[in-house]
Amino acid sequence: MKQRTIHTDVIREAIDRLLYRANFVLPPEVREIFSGMKENEPGEIARMTLSVLEENALIAKEESLPLCQDCGAVIIFLELGQQVCLEGGNINDEIQCAVGDAYKKYYLRKSIVGDPLQRENTGTNTPCFIHTDIVPGNSLAITAYLKGGGSENMSRLQMFRPTASIEEISDFIEHSVIEAGPNPCPPLFLGIGIGGTADTAMLNSKKAVLRDLSSGNPDPYYDELEKSLCHRLNRTMVGPLGMGGRSTVAKVFIKPAPTHIAILPVALNMNCHSLRYAREVL
Amino acid sequence: MSWKHIQTPITEDIAASLRVPDMVLLSGTIYTARDRAHKRIIEMAAGGEPLPVNPVGQVIYYAGPSPTPPGKPVGAVGPTTSYRMDPFTEGMLSLGFRAFIGKGKRSDEVKKLLASYGAVYFSTFGGAAAYLSKRVVSSSLIAFEEFGPEAIYRFEIKDFPVIVTNDMYGGDLYESALQQRP
Repeated sequence: MKQRTIHTDVIREAIDRLLYRANFVLPPEVREIFSGMKENEPGEIARMTLSVLEENALIAKEESLPLCQDCGAVIIFLELGQQVCLEGGNINDEIQCAVGDAYKKYYLRKSIVGDPLQRENTGTNTPCFIHTDIVPGNSLAITAYLKGGGSENMSRLQMFRPTASIEEISDFIEHSVIEAGPNPCPPLFLGIGIGGTADTAMLNSKKAVLRDLSSGNPDPYYDELEKSLCHRLNRTMVGPLGMGGRSTVAKVFIKPAPTHIAILPVALNMNCHSLRYAREVL
Repeated sequence: MSWKHIQTPITEDIAASLRVPDMVLLSGTIYTARDRAHKRIIEMAAGGEPLPVNPVGQVIYYAGPSPTPPGKPVGAVGPTTSYRMDPFTEGMLSLGFRAFIGKGKRSDEVKKLLASYGAVYFSTFGGAAAYLSKRVVSSSLIAFEEFGPEAIYRFEIKDFPVIVTNDMYGGDLYESALQQRP
């Protein structure tokens, strides 16, 4: 494959477009999911809540108001083809600048503090958090993913014994979703990282929710597990925004990874109803 | 179920009239405050400093809006998760605040305090920040500008939708939901 040059100015422009889309335009598939859920909700408050979420998406898009006032920590996933030659500034610095510019230009909330204990707001919503994978090919795929604090605070990691049964793992997941209740703003897009090391499992729980929304898991074993978990979690009656109902989980996404003989990490990313990400391939 | 129309400030009689899961359209004045503003208000009260608002009967909205775009009264403004304000709730109630709007569960301690102070906890639609901003007529920054999104804003609201989530009789919307489990 031929080597290709991509200038960091082009990357900055892409980051700007992606952050606009992620903050103001809910993926249409998500709206369709809410609409379908309403048909299955007998409760007035649950149906009304789902209607409010649909209307919120319309207002956000038409009036360029952010979907959520918590415009998130920005997480950038780069899939960088190894035949790509980058030209211009340092890619990480350029991305940080593009994030700061977009959060100013689009009147987005700046929610990042520079130090976790001293907690001074950086005023730019940077730094963003960049994860880079080197992949075959000569293109660069960029995904901008926004994560609000309320749902991030409900993240979980459990290191199971390697002999743990699927029932034990399912119990943990159900217990975590009930315990979190209204706090992560259900209906949830539940990302589950299983395997790897503790850090890989957490990262995979984030990557998991970025899978094409209309697709099932490519592995039939995990596809079946996703469906059975979804069914089980929707019997908890946590419901939309925890106010009761059958729509607790919009979709379950599992991302497994090879792991060590002694360990079995299970990480949960309870993404709120506002699944905010956008992707572009350069 | 139909919506109850209520005007702020909230009197003890109004609080006493509210029960889970009443749906309420609030109008009048409310104040935003998040983690840092709570900490600061409690410190100011302890130090005998004058407070930025007269708290009696007032409603606190746990929220930090996105910046106001040109031509709009306010940016996007949905609720933040309430449990982070639990440690400050007794202090706020003792100052005279009588209602809180947020999202998510409260501690058992806070639920007891609502009963003893005759106060109420409302939740509103988490993550519906663009929708809720349309119910805010005007906003003004009144304190702690240096906190950025965590400053205190005064909002004039019209028919702002909230649901009684913890009332002064021990009612709990989220607990009731889980009891429906088959």
